[in-house]
Amino acid sequence: MTEDWKDYTQRIEELAGRSGLKFHPVEFEAVPDSFMMEIAVYGLPVRMPHWSFGVRYIYQLIQRHMGNSRLFEVVFPGNPGHAYLAASNGLAENILVTAHVLGHADFSRNNLMFRRCQGQVSEHIVEHAANHARQIQQAIEQYGMQRVEAVLDAALALEQHIDVDQSLRRERYPEYAPDAKALVDDDFRKRFASLDPAAASTGIEIKKRAPVPPHPERDLLWFVANYAPEMESWERDIFLAVREESFYFYPVFATQIMNEGWASYWHARLLREADFVPQQAYLDAIKCHSDVVRPVAADQQVALHINPYHLGFSMWEKIVEKQGMEAARNIMEQDDDFGFIRNHLTRELADELGLFRFSARNDGHVKVLEHDLTALHEAVLNPKYNFGAPSVIATHVRNDGTLELTHDNSIDGRGLDLERSRRVLDYVQRVWRRPIVLSTVNQAGSTLELTAP
Amino acid sequence: MPESTDKAGSDAAKWYDLFSRGARDWLRHDEKVRESVRKHLPQIVSGADVINEGARTVRVPVRMLEHYHFRLRRPEEQQGAGQGKAKPGDVFSDPSKQRGPGEKGSGGQDEGEVQLLLEFKIDDIVDWLWEEMQLPNLKARVGPSEETDWIREGWDRRGARSRLDRRRSFKEMVKRRGNPAATPTFIDEDLRYRQLARRRQPAVHAVVFFMLDVSGSMSDRDRKLAKTFFFWVVQGLRREYRSLETVFVAHTTEAWEFTEPEFFQVSGTGGTVSSTGFNKVREIIDARYNPGRCNIYLFYASDGDNSVSDSAEARESLSSITGDACFTGYVEVSSGLSRQLATETGRLFAELSSAGCAAGSYALNDFDDVWGAVRHFFSAEAKALEAPG
Repeated sequence: MTEDWKDYTQRIEELAGRSGLKFHPVEFEAVPDSFMMEIAVYGLPVRMPHWSFGVRYIYQLIQRHMGNSRLFEVVFPGNPGHAYLAASNGLAENILVTAHVLGHADFSRNNLMFRRCQGQVSEHIVEHAANHARQIQQAIEQYGMQRVEAVLDAALALEQHIDVDQSLRRERYPEYAPDAKALVDDDFRKRFASLDPAAASTGIEIKKRAPVPPHPERDLLWFVANYAPEMESWERDIFLAVREESFYFYPVFATQIMNEGWASYWHARLLREADFVPQQAYLDAIKCHSDVVRPVAADQQVALHINPYHLGFSMWEKIVEKQGMEAARNIMEQDDDFGFIRNHLTRELADELGLFRFSARNDGHVKVLEHDLTALHEAVLNPKYNFGAPSVIATHVRNDGTLELTHDNSIDGRGLDLERSRRVLDYVQRVWRRPIVLSTVNQAGSTLELTAP
Repeated sequence: MPESTDKAGSDAAKWYDLFSRGARDWLRHDEKVRESVRKHLPQIVSGADVINEGARTVRVPVRMLEHYHFRLRRPEEQQGAGQGKAKPGDVFSDPSKQRGPGEKGSGGQDEGEVQLLLEFKIDDIVDWLWEEMQLPNLKARVGPSEETDWIREGWDRRGARSRLDRRRSFKEMVKRRGNPAATPTFIDEDLRYRQLARRRQPAVHAVVFFMLDVSGSMSDRDRKLAKTFFFWVVQGLRREYRSLETVFVAHTTEAWEFTEPEFFQVSGTGGTVSSTGFNKVREIIDARYNPGRCNIYLFYASDGDNSVSDSAEARESLSSITGDACFTGYVEVSSGLSRQLATETGRLFAELSSAGCAAGSYALNDFDDVWGAVRHFFSAEAKALEAPG
């Protein structure tokens, strides 16, 4: 079986090249299902150990036993890219998946957000992550499981709290505040300086230490790693390792609809054009395609979530049809999901796809809301704001080292889940080693402070 | 690092069949759950009939741990986007909520739905607790204190042929060759032999009497407290005695002997005359146990409201038991109000213990306190034994 699809791989690659896809070479590897599952759990083929991955692993196992999820492929961008295919895939599935992977490879090479993040993280994230895992294993041997785990508890709890607008390797804040008001060189000052040169110059040179942070800081992983009063260097390294992986995950997260849609568009198109694929395999592959991009489960009328494959696929079809391939490639290069949905999900297409907004009560009672395109865009994008995390920012470090965090509820619209936030503070407090104060709002909308310890 | 590029690729092919990181992290999660469950064992154990029924393990249902992140408060009404045949104004119930648990992926709100059933060996729990609480190991009053025994423990590459562990050796062979399908060929390095180790075994026999006041004033909770306490006492004594018999006596104004399952079901009405219970115990000792050959323990749980007219008789029959017993303990379970042993029975035991008898008492009001009680008695017992010897 494996030999068969490898024969086709090259021909599909050639066809993709002729169709205008530009991608780095991809190394394909067929791996057992168990390994596919682990990649899905960890997000990377080799990643640091942490018990929370064990929890996700069990959920994956349960899902697989219930027959709900099946993974065909996972692809890691880079030069070369790595694609893992499930060894249990049939020929038709592998042909489809190969085409799909090439779509991803084209996307990750050309999309600006991917390029920017890869420029920072390097094109070898798979190897970097494996190195992090090795580093952390060494730390466990040296400092013991308990201590390393405490650091990972904190770092992974903050993994979404990065600032991708800043560079991966950021400098510390300048130590001194810039002179607030430069002294005006007026007549009086000239006269004063001529009378007593010594006094005049010392007066100007008094520098003021800049407050830390000088402005509200979103990148909590970076901030804690750099400004925790008593953090050890190996703990800092763990924080920065987690942060680097987050920088890698961000574009994957922020372009999911575009990226999956683009890959689905291309696997469908390449398959149509691949006259060398046997008839039966083609039919099987088309069947597989329609399962993947199915918006609503077969036995259901409606779905209360959006299938990114289907939404992205339909949008790209429409864009290519209306504006041509060149325009589509420009959009693919320049947008992320926010721009993509807001600019290109039209009223017409939303109706065609049967997209709707709903409001669900906790008891499972669901009501479909009235048409409103802008609101629909935001409902689709809502889970994606700010890397899917609440806006918690570091605002101040007091003289005694107490860290002040602020939750910006004006952005998120409501307060934090207090119990969970308290637990996160407990994690972080163990590496910050000074008190931490977090302010948010309660149900009634009035300010409230959580503290640890 | 330039060489790392091809390294990850070629390494991967070797290791992922043999090693599951998911399973490793899952085991670590299990370990963490066990740690946290240990802290609540007394309450957990009190729920089941586990004292004497041959069960050497306790099964505990637990929820998965959650790794916490900052999250927004869950709103009363959540808005989202969906797809399908629906028009504005349609109202229906969430189809995913009818499809059963485990439906949502990781990180969903429904993570609490999966329950695990963890199994703990009671021996392990007891060992761990004795170590943790630094409880003294008791010494028997009669008979040799311990004997040694050989038990199987571990493997080695050398040993007597008769102790060759075939399964283990086979595994070693597979590990070395990495291909279970091929014809097995063993080399000397594969062979594993079972090793023996010496283990100290308690040698002598003991009987422990559990006496419970089941009069009308004892609530269900009181009885459950007593049961939890009794359970851990049995476990503690088992560490010291190879054979430990248990006798269950319940009393109101009369006393009866019960089997264990019945014992905790019994509820009586009416007043409390504890001398009837003590007399019953005395009777059983005389009939079945020779104090010269057997170590006798008595633990009595009551709310302490013994009838005043009974005090002389109770004192007399209890003293006759303490003369023969290694230790008598009184635990006062009064969940409603804590009277700190200022009761009729409380005074009786205080008297005995100040007269130099091996007796102790403890006021047990809460499940969190069961451990305090166990610790108290085992320390008191050790002291009482040291004093005369």
